[in-house]
Amino acid sequence: MMFDHLYEKNVAIAGVGQSEVARPSDKSAMRLTLDACLEAIADAGLTRKDIDGVACWPGDNNNGNSFSPVGPNALIGTMGLHVNWYGGGYEGPGPLAGVINGAMAIAAGLCRHVLVFRTITEASARRLDKNANALSNKTAGRDSSFFWQWYTPYEVHSAINLMAMYAQRHFHEYGTTPDQLAQIALTCRANAELNPKAVYRTPMTMDDYLASRMISTPLRMFDCDVHCDGATAIVLSRMDAARHGPNPPIRLEAIGSALHQPWSWDQVSLTGGASIDAARMMWQRTDLKPADVRSAQLYDGFSILTLLWLEALGLCPAGESGRFVEGGTRIARDGALPVNTNGGQLSGGRTHGLGYVHEACTQLWGRAGQRQIAPHQVAVAAAGGGPLAGSLLLVRE
Amino acid sequence: MPRKLPQITSDSSAFWQGGESGRLMIHRCSTCRRFFHPPAPICPFCGSLDVAPQATSGRGRIATYTINHQAWKPELATPYVVAIVELDDQPGLRLLSNVVELVPDQVRIGMPVHVTFEQHEDVWLPLFKKAE
Repeated sequence: MMFDHLYEKNVAIAGVGQSEVARPSDKSAMRLTLDACLEAIADAGLTRKDIDGVACWPGDNNNGNSFSPVGPNALIGTMGLHVNWYGGGYEGPGPLAGVINGAMAIAAGLCRHVLVFRTITEASARRLDKNANALSNKTAGRDSSFFWQWYTPYEVHSAINLMAMYAQRHFHEYGTTPDQLAQIALTCRANAELNPKAVYRTPMTMDDYLASRMISTPLRMFDCDVHCDGATAIVLSRMDAARHGPNPPIRLEAIGSALHQPWSWDQVSLTGGASIDAARMMWQRTDLKPADVRSAQLYDGFSILTLLWLEALGLCPAGESGRFVEGGTRIARDGALPVNTNGGQLSGGRTHGLGYVHEACTQLWGRAGQRQIAPHQVAVAAAGGGPLAGSLLLVRE
Repeated sequence: MPRKLPQITSDSSAFWQGGESGRLMIHRCSTCRRFFHPPAPICPFCGSLDVAPQATSGRGRIATYTINHQAWKPELATPYVVAIVELDDQPGLRLLSNVVELVPDQVRIGMPVHVTFEQHEDVWLPLFKKAE
């Protein structure tokens, strides 16, 4: 379809915040959430009284489960916020759904300043159960989950088995190699070395990568993101209000949230999934082109997904992502397209989704310290894999 | 610990129990004639409600696979092969399963396979073996 209302262009990111990112943290999940949210509100030049909307993905979807221990209800009650609109839930176009929903609430005239946040305490959960975070269905008895019922009988207990099959198919179809895939982990680690908040900061070599334990072929331990405790928040503001803030507004130039494939990890395209649909939609909503992007913060819950996003977003041709990242120079901080400049989730920590937006803004505002890349105005943040995918094109005004 | 079994519904019973009579049953639309999986009360291609399970050849090729090395449960025997099989009956008709009775390192994309069934309680789990 042609879009006749590009609502997101009237919405800007006005401020960002992030708690400590620890493995694990001694702070409560709510304290981490408040650290991030209060920092974001102050960064936007606002007070909590200005916040009239709250958005979160995935919300408190499982009674305080470490994947998302704090949802909008808990935060609003705890902070004493007065909101016109709030929402959070797992179903939607992936980890950036909170941003997309919050922007819609502003565009619809319900809110002026929406607080978007994401909290995760998977490092703490792992102290009690090493498999606490595997994304499989852990309910007792027979499996009736819409999608896990087709996988758990086959001893699929983690998303890595599904992602590994995407990687294997990519290797087969396009000749992608382990050395090429390694560049995602190596690039993230090199960037994390300069990020004081990153979980893993010691240098990683190709030999280290290739020696890391095979989990599910062809994916190794270092192809998996690192669990952490932490919270990230951003403040979305209506553009006219954002222009009065202390930061140059970062416009939501275009969003991508489309799903034109089955909601299924084994029925979607094996070499791109819903990221193809989301990215196509995003580019239909802007005059900018992939060549305009100067920083790419791309989901790396598993390394292969970063390669798939590079292709889906048109940042390299389909099937070429392995060769595009080979050697690592193109995606390094001083390369043509710096990727995951804070260490991503692979080395920075699995802040899960909103961390990419935080880093994109930090770079666009020139606040990234030692890891700062060249001044630029256009960045992309994208998150998800398989049937879950959302993307944001961000422009600093 | 045994495999976690699926809850059987009126939509999924043919798939999980077709193995009792040695048949891999996949839902098919009577209007557009296309197979689809997983089973559901509506055809995702044309929207017809005139759908029903139908026996397939049970033969296909491995579209992709992974050899899992991680013991997600203490008693889980590793390594094992998880694969997405594309059935010969229709291009793009895929399902997820295990490839059994082969050394995991021998699995390849494109390898021809055929269905075999393993009974657990009232479920005849469709698994795949390398075809000769």
